Amino acid sequence: MSPSQLASSGFAEERRLGASGKFLLRLHIDAPLLIGLFLLASIGLVVLYSAGNQELGLLIRQCVRLLLGFLVMLAIAQIQPPTLAFWSPWIFALALIMLIAVLLLGEVGKGAQRWLNLGLFRFQPSEIMKIAVPMMIAWFLADCALPPKKLRLFTCSLILIVPTLLVAKQPDLGTALLIASSGVFALFLAGIRWWIIGFVTIAFASSIPFVWNLLHDYQRQRVLTFLNPESDPLGSGYHIIQSTIAIGSGGVYGKGWLNGTQSHLDFLPERSTDFIFAVLSEEFGLIGILLLFSVYLFITARGLVIAAQAQDTYARLLAGSLTLTFFVYIFVNIGMVTGLLPVVGVPLPLVSYGGTSLVTIMAGFGILMSIKTHRKLVAG
Amino acid sequence: MADFNQFTFKDHVRESLIFNRRLMVAIAVVSILTLLLLGRLFQLQVINYNHYTTLSEKNRVNIVPIAPTRGLIYDRNGVLIAQNVPSFILEVVAEHVDDMEQTLSELKSLVALSDNELKSFKRQLKRKRAFVSIPLRYRLTDEEVARVSVNFYRLPGINIKAELARHYPIGKLMAHVAGYVGRISERDLRRLNQSEYSASSYIGKVGIEKSYENLLHGKVGFQRVETNANGRILKVLERTLPIPGKTLYLNVDANLQAVAEKAFGDDNGAVVALDPSTGAVLALASIPSYDPNIFVQGLDSETFKILRKSPSRPLFNRAVQGQYPPGSTIKPLLGLAGLELDEARAHDSIICRGWYMLDDDIDQRRYRDWKREGHGSTDLTEAITESCDVYFYDLAYRLGIDRIHQYLSAFGLGKNTGIDIEGELNGIIPSKDWKRRNYNEIWYPGETLINGIGQGYMLSTPLQLASITATLSRYGKRMKPLLLHSIQDPKDKSLQLIQPQTLPSVHMIDSSHWGTVLRAMKRVVHSARGTARGISHGLTYQMAGKTGTAQVFGIKEGERYEESEIKKKLHDHALFIAYAPIKEPKIAVAIIVENGGGGGSVAAPIARKVIDYYLLGKTHEPVPAS
Repeated sequence: MSPSQLASSGFAEERRLGASGKFLLRLHIDAPLLIGLFLLASIGLVVLYSAGNQELGLLIRQCVRLLLGFLVMLAIAQIQPPTLAFWSPWIFALALIMLIAVLLLGEVGKGAQRWLNLGLFRFQPSEIMKIAVPMMIAWFLADCALPPKKLRLFTCSLILIVPTLLVAKQPDLGTALLIASSGVFALFLAGIRWWIIGFVTIAFASSIPFVWNLLHDYQRQRVLTFLNPESDPLGSGYHIIQSTIAIGSGGVYGKGWLNGTQSHLDFLPERSTDFIFAVLSEEFGLIGILLLFSVYLFITARGLVIAAQAQDTYARLLAGSLTLTFFVYIFVNIGMVTGLLPVVGVPLPLVSYGGTSLVTIMAGFGILMSIKTHRKLVAG
Repeated sequence: MADFNQFTFKDHVRESLIFNRRLMVAIAVVSILTLLLLGRLFQLQVINYNHYTTLSEKNRVNIVPIAPTRGLIYDRNGVLIAQNVPSFILEVVAEHVDDMEQTLSELKSLVALSDNELKSFKRQLKRKRAFVSIPLRYRLTDEEVARVSVNFYRLPGINIKAELARHYPIGKLMAHVAGYVGRISERDLRRLNQSEYSASSYIGKVGIEKSYENLLHGKVGFQRVETNANGRILKVLERTLPIPGKTLYLNVDANLQAVAEKAFGDDNGAVVALDPSTGAVLALASIPSYDPNIFVQGLDSETFKILRKSPSRPLFNRAVQGQYPPGSTIKPLLGLAGLELDEARAHDSIICRGWYMLDDDIDQRRYRDWKREGHGSTDLTEAITESCDVYFYDLAYRLGIDRIHQYLSAFGLGKNTGIDIEGELNGIIPSKDWKRRNYNEIWYPGETLINGIGQGYMLSTPLQLASITATLSRYGKRMKPLLLHSIQDPKDKSLQLIQPQTLPSVHMIDSSHWGTVLRAMKRVVHSARGTARGISHGLTYQMAGKTGTAQVFGIKEGERYEESEIKKKLHDHALFIAYAPIKEPKIAVAIIVENGGGGGSVAAPIARKVIDYYLLGKTHEPVPAS
């Protein structure tokens, strides 16, 4: 099915809806996406139960976060895409101000300055940026002829680069990477010319020596360790060595739930957060991985379908970019756990224990649902 | 936005086309990247499955951390204070034991196991994590090690671990200086660098062992080892040696400390000796002391309870944590304040009739001198020499509590000295403001009198008293008391000396005031009327000092008491501060004898013995080895 066929089939799909489907539509929920997310969350809880040493409290806290995430998604799904578009620059501006505030007066945690204390709760503005950047770029490109001209492109690259650098300076490479890719995807989908893409790629590659000098010691250490994990087997190389052993020893069928020796002998660090994929691989093997992949790919595919069916440029760019960013989460996390990529601290979406990025991801799905379910019936 | 789309309707179609074409590219990239990940997982889980299974299951090529050797501690003359001795531990990995009850009963026939050890083992068994070894017996004898070793083959899961345990050869003598190490507790684990301590079993808990933990501990090493299914090491593949901790030399002289401790006899108390020119702590003893060795292997709760509840409080470091009324030992400082503020002149006298009364006191309360019949006509020199209370009641009243507070604070009283062990207390130097903050009450003039002779609210530690003595001896130059003398690298033997640290000096506008007060302090020992004249017999050098007596409980106005009638516990604390020689002072001492009675008769002779030993090496007490 070509994308244009996909686009027209959107209407047909709605006509086929049954009673329960109409109820979901009234709630502005996209049923396939919802099913995918539920499946994913369930897999996540099963793995987390094992990774967290069968601690029930941990599981309950994660359930509360998931519930909060679903509520945020539901709330955002009620907002009409034009309203989202209208607020985009304001959200971006607010997020940018908060990012600067973090640099000036943020709280330091784990060697990085990421938190803003708002009295009632602590807050990570870099998380909002993951959504604010594609929103801003989509809004900015929505009312011009595509592919964008030079001046627009220049402004777009500023929208993209400034928050990325601010976050990288905190320093939080993982989030900076995600913010950058969300913006790049929006631009890519807007159809910027291939020669520009080629030029930027080359320029980027040649700037690597300069970037190297700007990196923090621990970031350099991560890259060096990634290139040669054996160089520091007790320190930062330990993560990668132990996680590849965990994954490899899982084999096709896995060692069985709660039976992972790597995980339960404490060889595997950060096993309920960033390295939870290794626990799943060890205990459920390649079969478990394929199940997880199919759910992830299903969600990604659904997101891209929503993007293809979207009615205007803003919705299209935003939906496409959010979906592709979701895939980047998966690729970077699994890539780093399997030793393909350096350890940059990106969680496995909806599976890793932890709250902040989960809410952002669910907010992204809320936007997708809003785009899917607020369709104007255009005559014709 | 919607308006714009209407104007460029054709573009809208074109853009949708561009977008969809780009989406196809994205889908292609997503597919390629997914295949890349799956390929990598296929490589790990299918192609190299056997390799990783071997790593994880059978061979368990483990990275085993190696504990660094803890640094040694010596005194200033090279007397060993803390060392490491080999010790063997019997350990059990429960997952590898087939039948725990049977294994334990077999072990009982090989080594002596007490009920306490079995109880503690079973308690740990319930709480432990999987595959973690649990200690069953510490300090196996050589014979026990041999007996268990030959039976290894039928005792899977049983292991003997060799480690270096801390030992304090002159334990009790240095307990309050060196402190001790203990097993790393859950609380320690939370604050320390876990990978650095992954092989260590001990951490400094008190004293030098704690304050210089980062120097003493060293850096962890690691080895890659091949172990069999029972977790026993078969082969070492690669090794990075740990870096041993630094050797520490202390300023303390163990022999001097032994002399001081012996001089106390059966009394409790504390002695601190400083080198006035560097602040080096030559002796720091709190009596009674305890044997730090019992803490190293962890002691049962009963022994600990006995130590904790003992009325003589051996664990309490009186030298830095004991806060006592300084009594008359602060009179020299008050005298200096009086001279400096022109409230006292060296040759002006008052008449002491044995009591003092405030002019406007309605109650007509009489503040008594220690000498009932009074000192008669007394000037400042005589007041210090004979420790006349009435003179200082009068002087304190004229100075007022806030100026007293200001002068005593300048000497460092009321604030910890910053010595390099933890737990030091501040003492109290009251002021009007202090009383308002702590009692929410105004200051009464009568309280100024009481505090003017070092009683009332005023508290100080023996270390602070030694520090003010050193300051007096050097005409106001203050040094921070330091226990650490130097740090030595155990490998290349290079020595790094710790530099003395100066503190803000006490300045006098007229420096001749120092001479006035210090000459009076000399008369305390050397004149026929001095309160410490008893120790001057046979003295071959010149010493300056000041006696003090700190009331433990209040005697009612006008009341007299006989010391022997009161229980020992309620006796006054005896204090004495001294330095010698007067020219170029080499040692400053503060002594407190709890419930000892008079400063001149009880505390001063101890100071004489300490200073004699240090300056003349008169009494050579050998350091007792345990």
